[in-house]
Amino acid sequence: MSTLLDVKDLRVSFPTRTGVVEAVRGVSFTLGRERLGIVGESGSGKSQTGRAIMGLTPEHGRISAEKLEFNGIDLTRASKAERRALRGKRIAMILQDPKYSLNPVMSIGRQIIETLRTHEPVGRAEARRRALDMLAAVQIRDPERVFGLYPHEVSGGMGQRAMIAMMLVAGPELLIADEPTSALDVTVQLDVLGILHRLVADRGMGLIFISHDLRLVSSFCDRVIVMYAGRIVEELPASRLSEAEHPYTRGLLNCMPKIGVDRHPLPVLDRRPEWAL
Amino acid sequence: MTAALAIDGLSVVFDDFVALQDVSLTVAPGESFGLVGESGSGKSTLLRAVAGLAPVSDGTITVDGKPLGDKRDKAFYRQVQMVFQDPYGSLHPRQTVDRLLLEPLAIHGFDNSESRIVRALDEVGLGASFRFRYSHQLSGGQRQRVAIARALILEPSILLLDEPTSALDASVQAEVLNLLEQVRAARKLTFVMVSHDLAVVTHMCDRLMVMQHGQAVEQLASADLAAHRVTQDYTRSLLTASEGFRRNG
Repeated sequence: MSTLLDVKDLRVSFPTRTGVVEAVRGVSFTLGRERLGIVGESGSGKSQTGRAIMGLTPEHGRISAEKLEFNGIDLTRASKAERRALRGKRIAMILQDPKYSLNPVMSIGRQIIETLRTHEPVGRAEARRRALDMLAAVQIRDPERVFGLYPHEVSGGMGQRAMIAMMLVAGPELLIADEPTSALDVTVQLDVLGILHRLVADRGMGLIFISHDLRLVSSFCDRVIVMYAGRIVEELPASRLSEAEHPYTRGLLNCMPKIGVDRHPLPVLDRRPEWAL
Repeated sequence: MTAALAIDGLSVVFDDFVALQDVSLTVAPGESFGLVGESGSGKSTLLRAVAGLAPVSDGTITVDGKPLGDKRDKAFYRQVQMVFQDPYGSLHPRQTVDRLLLEPLAIHGFDNSESRIVRALDEVGLGASFRFRYSHQLSGGQRQRVAIARALILEPSILLLDEPTSALDASVQAEVLNLLEQVRAARKLTFVMVSHDLAVVTHMCDRLMVMQHGQAVEQLASADLAAHRVTQDYTRSLLTASEGFRRNG
């Protein structure tokens, strides 16, 4: 399996008035054309890991890494222009809530075309055709109609499909999905995941799926990384989640209520200071 | 035995939009009742209508045998308390925890406010050291505990819970759910709990109602749901969805 992404000792920190906050503290992993889940609770550094790879760390944040390589390109040395050329074209990102991540004053079709024409020299008619094809690929029943709609005119599930269409239209090799279904209703969640699953498989993309939901991630991904306080505490194949060894992973799995299992009170996580060392 | 809460043919209409249509339910004293549905199903609207935060267009709401009018008396606002979803939005950002807890006591003319505040904080597992903090100095779980303390400090008999844990991390959710169960047992409270998460509702509630498009789909016991004894297709699809993603081939 060829390596798409190679991350070694990635660190992201933010200077604040009260000292330096280390959001990511030495994360290492490699990714091939597979689905990798990154799981953790708020503040575990999972989103900042994704953003650092994408090149979207806030201006004042400091990134250091022994190695941050995408397809042989050293991302730590890449200029802003080089990062821009990669972003959207070869590495794409889906964010949590389509309400905030789509441009509210631009129709959905134009936003998809904008992405495409930024990265490829295609004509108007060709761009429109490809945008419509992409909308059809995310199972939007009437692409012509949705093409002309504005983000506030569509539901959350539809908005997230449009977001996926926009991110995949330029044919990226790596897709980072940061909580792509957390803002959606459960039944819609499954539809969107199904679409994502098929597109990632068909196009042979690498996927990093960032989520707080351990169960969801393990049902969707091939491999899972569990993060706590900016570090990876455990890495395991998704199918062997039940054999997780780290007490944090086990605690996370246990503390969720399950239908048909009567446990009162629920087991709670006993956080150990040594996990964060 | 009179029901703690009885709702009959309740409708809520905003201009032309019917948010809730002809919904009826009864909750016995000390029972924990769940409302499940997706966004726009009317589950929160039902709770807000009971609390007096949404206009009742038709139907009746009865609390402890007393029908509620358009204007509720002060005793109602003591007896029925609500906990909201967003712990960041439901606490006053410029008031200390002490001030937040004092306000309801002052409104309802309770005495011994000093000892009540200390006791309330203790009951939700926050020590006295939290008393003079502002809400931005607390984590999400701690804020939700303060919101629960604020609801309990008036010694209500009914607690309306609108997605009380959906903004929290899974491990914090477990702690807050345990706290809620514990205070319900200790104070013999009646719960009406709204959630989009079937697992949370079946864990917390004895009976539940599934809602869709402002209407009741079905009412059933949590045990029946767990055993897949459901009659409606919509409930079944929610149940399947809550089991997580399955790769087909």
